[in-house]
Amino acid sequence: MTTLLSLSGISKTFDNGVEAIALLDLDVAEREFVSLVGPSGCGKSTALRIAAGLARPSAGTISFPNGKPETGFVFQDPTLMPWARALQNVRLPLDLRGMNAGEAGDRAFAALARVGLKGFENAFPRELSGGMKMRVSIARAIAAGPKLLLMDEPFAALDELARQALNDDLLMLAREDQITVLFVTHSVFESTYLSSRVVVMTPRPGRVTADIKLSPPPLRDVSYRLTQEFADGARRVSEALRGAMGKNA
Amino acid sequence: MRTALRYLLPMLLGVAVLVLWEFLVRRYDVPVFVLPGPSAIWPAFTANFSSLMDSLWTTLQVTWIAFAIAFVAGLALAIVFAQSRTAEMALFPYAVILQVTPVIAIAPLILIWVGYEHVERAAVIIALIVAFFPILSNATLGLRSVDPGLLDLFRLYGASRWQILWRLQLPGALPHILAGMKISGGLALIGAVVAEFVAGSGTATGLAWRVTEAGNRLEISKMFAALGLLSFVGIVNFYALSFLEWLLLHRWHESRLDNRD
Repeated sequence: MTTLLSLSGISKTFDNGVEAIALLDLDVAEREFVSLVGPSGCGKSTALRIAAGLARPSAGTISFPNGKPETGFVFQDPTLMPWARALQNVRLPLDLRGMNAGEAGDRAFAALARVGLKGFENAFPRELSGGMKMRVSIARAIAAGPKLLLMDEPFAALDELARQALNDDLLMLAREDQITVLFVTHSVFESTYLSSRVVVMTPRPGRVTADIKLSPPPLRDVSYRLTQEFADGARRVSEALRGAMGKNA
Repeated sequence: MRTALRYLLPMLLGVAVLVLWEFLVRRYDVPVFVLPGPSAIWPAFTANFSSLMDSLWTTLQVTWIAFAIAFVAGLALAIVFAQSRTAEMALFPYAVILQVTPVIAIAPLILIWVGYEHVERAAVIIALIVAFFPILSNATLGLRSVDPGLLDLFRLYGASRWQILWRLQLPGALPHILAGMKISGGLALIGAVVAEFVAGSGTATGLAWRVTEAGNRLEISKMFAALGLLSFVGIVNFYALSFLEWLLLHRWHESRLDNRD
């Protein structure tokens, strides 16, 4: 497996003296779906922002052995421009890069259709439900054809059904487009369902305490949640998380 | 039904007030040089129609020109402030001084500089001074109140300063800018009036001058007619800007409750 993203010895201390991350090492290989799990405030979002280049580490290095891949980011909030229609929101990354208007429009249109929002191109964000807004946000992230997708608790605010539907759609998109995903969540079940690998972090200052390999079937649906395999995975993640809590707390 | 009431109700109230006014003036024999009834004001309005219309046009021009310059200059300076903290730190205190010094106290100075033969120019400058600050401060606030998540997103996709300004800060600041414009629209009219009051004579030809002139001659009915027109200018400005606000915001902004889903 080729390494796509490598964080080594990453530390982050904020200006106010809070040490968010201490000596975090994490390699993400191509085509992996890695979840970062940890108690709230463990610096998992900070680690993701550092990987995206939105924050600078106080120490350590971020490297992309095969060159910096096209990267998409999905925030905890849908983060849509309220004054712009769904299509305009999705095509924003393409417009910012100066892609010609016709092609950007076509790509954004197709991305919206892929997240199940065909027919909502002209809707304003306030006319959409929470789940639909998150779909627009995902369409925007995939419109530029990313190889790496960084997601910061994107479904935390959604109800369980919307969340499960989005989990399945995300897996489908990642598989079809061969996207590597680094996914921050605090949910044991969500991480177990989605991931080929779950990385558990300790409370602040965060570091990796467990690295759990899972082998879910490539195509899964709601029935996978009822299998023994899923239950075992969830138990391993849950125990690691409980262990992590004991370490610093 | 509710829409009808929204227009009908204030109109009915207005008519009732006019009737009561007329009644009280006649009942207590109030002299016309103190408080004329509506029936005396209307003839004064029609008799002086052409001079009042000329004055109305002058006042409208002064107000609109001052407002337009205040808008362009205020927004431009706000953009400079949003780009550079240094510029804001250096200039903002002076903008505040301009705002807090009562304009009526600056007006005589400006009249002296511009000359009493150009009262309308002084009026534009004075109206500009009072209309400028609300645009500047509201636009600066709006340009700075960018959603930090969206700013991250723009940076992530390598947006230039120009793209951030044009695609993120300006549309995001629109509600603030429009709020500033509504305040400035009213203040521009006040500035135009102050200039003519302070000039007191000279070449002033606006509505405020008609008010002063009629007052000096104890033509109170004509004074009321000119006052009514001044209110009319203010109302037109306010509703024109409210309409603009509705046009630009009603599809997406929370302040517009009328098409909630």
